[in-house]
Amino acid sequence: MDKNINVLIVDDYKTMLRIIRNLLRQLDFHNVDEATDGAQALSMLRAGNYGLVISDWNMQPMTGLQLLQEIRADSKLKNLPFIMVTAESKTENVIAAKQAGVSNYIVKPFNAETLKEKIEKVLVHA
Amino acid sequence: MPEGAREAIGDRIGARLAEIRRRHREATTPEAVADIVVEVLATMHGDLSGPQATLLAEVEQIGRTIAAAKREIAALRVEDIKIAFIPSATDELDAIVEATAKATHEILDSCETLEAVHAGLNGPDAEAAQAAVTRIYEACSFQDITGQRITKVVRTLKSIEERIERIVSTFSDGVPLRDAAPTAVEPEPPTSPASLLNGPQLPGHGVDQAEIDRLLASFD
Repeated sequence: MDKNINVLIVDDYKTMLRIIRNLLRQLDFHNVDEATDGAQALSMLRAGNYGLVISDWNMQPMTGLQLLQEIRADSKLKNLPFIMVTAESKTENVIAAKQAGVSNYIVKPFNAETLKEKIEKVLVHA
Repeated sequence: MPEGAREAIGDRIGARLAEIRRRHREATTPEAVADIVVEVLATMHGDLSGPQATLLAEVEQIGRTIAAAKREIAALRVEDIKIAFIPSATDELDAIVEATAKATHEILDSCETLEAVHAGLNGPDAEAAQAAVTRIYEACSFQDITGQRITKVVRTLKSIEERIERIVSTFSDGVPLRDAAPTAVEPEPPTSPASLLNGPQLPGHGVDQAEIDRLLASFD
């Protein structure tokens, strides 16, 4: 698993961005960028070279689900691993995310072990 | 009044109320109730019998109850609710979000300092310190969940404000009825984008991580 990849974390709560960044640092992922909504994330992804997206769902103006759909519809980004990290914990949310092509799904609040496990699983299959 | 005539009046009132409920759902206007009363009274001719007098007294009581309800609703001072109470409540809730965010950032500052300090250490103590810091990071995610829950509460307050305004508008004398027939809130299809934005679920209402993992695996 390559830990030198660029990771983009997307969340409208700055505390959550900081928590995920710190947890990623503990897992030896040091190339981490942040975006506060889907639209900003999409333009960063199109301009940069990222190996993993970790995104919240509930954001405005572009939600995490819309971001995922845009990524999967983009010929350059369509295979990018995408982990949804969200408080949305209804079955229909998980199904909608899976149908949109999510690589894995973490429900908040989560622990560091879950984040580590899902990242490893996603990057091994990438 | 013969028993059959009383039943006929009852049936007519019931039919009118059912028709009004169908047209206006649960929000029947005072004017519609007044129409029913007029219709009932129009069925009474000549000297009133005992049962007719009883019915008339009951109808008058309905009228007094409606008038009292109108006075009480007028006294609600909806402007206070709209201008002072609800904005004040939402400001307080925003302040909670701001304060918890500030406190969380301070906790995170301290954790980052601790991590920098024990980065030079080795052995079990360093591992224990690292594990403790990780647990603090995990616990700090409460701020995100709290913020989302408070956002839901603010949305509910706004909805209450709109409904109160509609009730007062409907019952206020001299004020044009605004949206007398309330707009029916069509339920969102279960997988529409809006219906998928619900925020944190109460314990026992959402699915947990293990269930999510099972669900995702079922697609493979």
